[in-house]
Amino acid sequence: MVRLFHRALIGVLFLFLLAPVLLVMPMSFSADAFLIWPPSGFSTRWYVALARDTGLLKAAGNSLILAILVCAAALLIALPAALVLARGRFPGQAAIVALLSAPLLLPTIVLALALLIVFVGYGLIGSWPGLMLAHLLVGLPYAVRVLMTAVSTLPPDVEEAASSLGAAPWSVFRRVTLPLMMPGVAAATAIVFLVSFDEVVISLFVVGPQLTTLPVALFHYVETRTDPLVAAVSALLVVLTLAIVLILERALGLARALGK
Amino acid sequence: MSGPSRLTPHLLLAPALLVNFAVFLAPMLNLAVLSFREARPGGSIGTRFTLSTWQTLIEDPYYLDLVTGSIGLAVPVTIATLLAAYPLALFIHRASQRWRSLLVVACVSPLLVSAVVRTYGWMVILGDSGLVAAAIRTFGMKPPRMVFNTAGVAIALVEILMPTMILCLLAGFGRLSAALEEAAASLGAPPFRVFLRVVLPLSLPGVLLGCLLAFVLTVSSFITPKLLGGGRVILLATEIYDQAIVTLNWPVAAALSVLSLAVFGAALMLYGRLLRRVEA
Repeated sequence: MVRLFHRALIGVLFLFLLAPVLLVMPMSFSADAFLIWPPSGFSTRWYVALARDTGLLKAAGNSLILAILVCAAALLIALPAALVLARGRFPGQAAIVALLSAPLLLPTIVLALALLIVFVGYGLIGSWPGLMLAHLLVGLPYAVRVLMTAVSTLPPDVEEAASSLGAAPWSVFRRVTLPLMMPGVAAATAIVFLVSFDEVVISLFVVGPQLTTLPVALFHYVETRTDPLVAAVSALLVVLTLAIVLILERALGLARALGK
Repeated sequence: MSGPSRLTPHLLLAPALLVNFAVFLAPMLNLAVLSFREARPGGSIGTRFTLSTWQTLIEDPYYLDLVTGSIGLAVPVTIATLLAAYPLALFIHRASQRWRSLLVVACVSPLLVSAVVRTYGWMVILGDSGLVAAAIRTFGMKPPRMVFNTAGVAIALVEILMPTMILCLLAGFGRLSAALEEAAASLGAPPFRVFLRVVLPLSLPGVLLGCLLAFVLTVSSFITPKLLGGGRVILLATEIYDQAIVTLNWPVAAALSVLSLAVFGAALMLYGRLLRRVEA
């Protein structure tokens, strides 16, 4: 009896946790003009409407390009830093690691306001460099942390063996270190991509009328209208996220990739 | 060691530190300074330093209500998140190896879905023509209002924070071994006593970390109160947004930011104290 109650409780809690993500799926096929549960009929009208919504599509394109650019920049910047921070012992090392992770500990709304005020002065609002910098603020700490974990779990002897056999440092890095780090690099890429693609609070402050991202466009859409169009976008986003999660899980296990 | 190789670590760290300075350190310092600048109509900032922004913040009861209101929402949300996440985390911890990784993925993946999407999902559930309202109507009762008020925001926040809490609890359960529980049970302790005397105390560090994060994330939550609250649920973060984007009063927005950082600092200190007591 107690066992049955326990099972039921676990089931209800799981449903509660997954309900909003699961429910957007049937809702996206609603035939109604408003958010009504249960839908009076099912159709693909909202996917058709989405395909015609040039504003949302443009924003989605921007988000995709931005996420790719941010991934590339974050990896290029974080990889050398991670190599130094995970390996060497030098004064101030712990402080530097803390400084580089600090943006993750502070409320994003505060970071967003701080960026807005500085960006206005430099004309970076609503610009590609501005958005890239803003997303690097939250993407870079993840990249550094994940890559540091990847470096610290490398077998130490392999690199020494390579250099003792006469390989130059750059050659050791390119032929030995980097290939061994590939799972970590893949994890960092996936996490930074999702962080950038989903980022909304900081983006809200630094986007402009000419350049906006998908989460910001969705935010403003939901602010003014509630119809199943957003459910269609949400369903596609959930599927995309799931695909990335599955790839990540296959590559090295999600729990390890998140550093927990 | 030769010259160039001693220089290399600095060169390798330079890009990361440069970006950190440009988008984090410098803007944050600027923000703190800004709260002492005078605000001029139309959003421009004066050059003179003044305490008037802080004086307004302290004297106007509206801002005090904002802080107490934000904390007043964060405390019950944190407790509810803990109560909802604990049984799930314990269940996952005790599951077999194969099931465990699958369950962890199922619990953590909502974390990777945008807050806008998850909040929208709650509109589908809690809206006036939503899932819960429809269920209540089938029983012939009139459903209560569940959106555009604090209750709806609180429900959605609990769900949104659950993955984070579960991750913290699972990390905390790492110290718990099945052997320890069996030992307690074999010495005659009934299941509830084993939980109270063995499981719960050992999991307290994870509980504390999860509660700290849930509290801090609720105080700074913005998307959910803004969308699900429909402008009727005003917290620190939504007020910062309104002051910065709508009213264009940057000194007040900056001062409110510093204020929410102070709430963070206080939560962090309390966490440190409790952790020391738990681990002693």
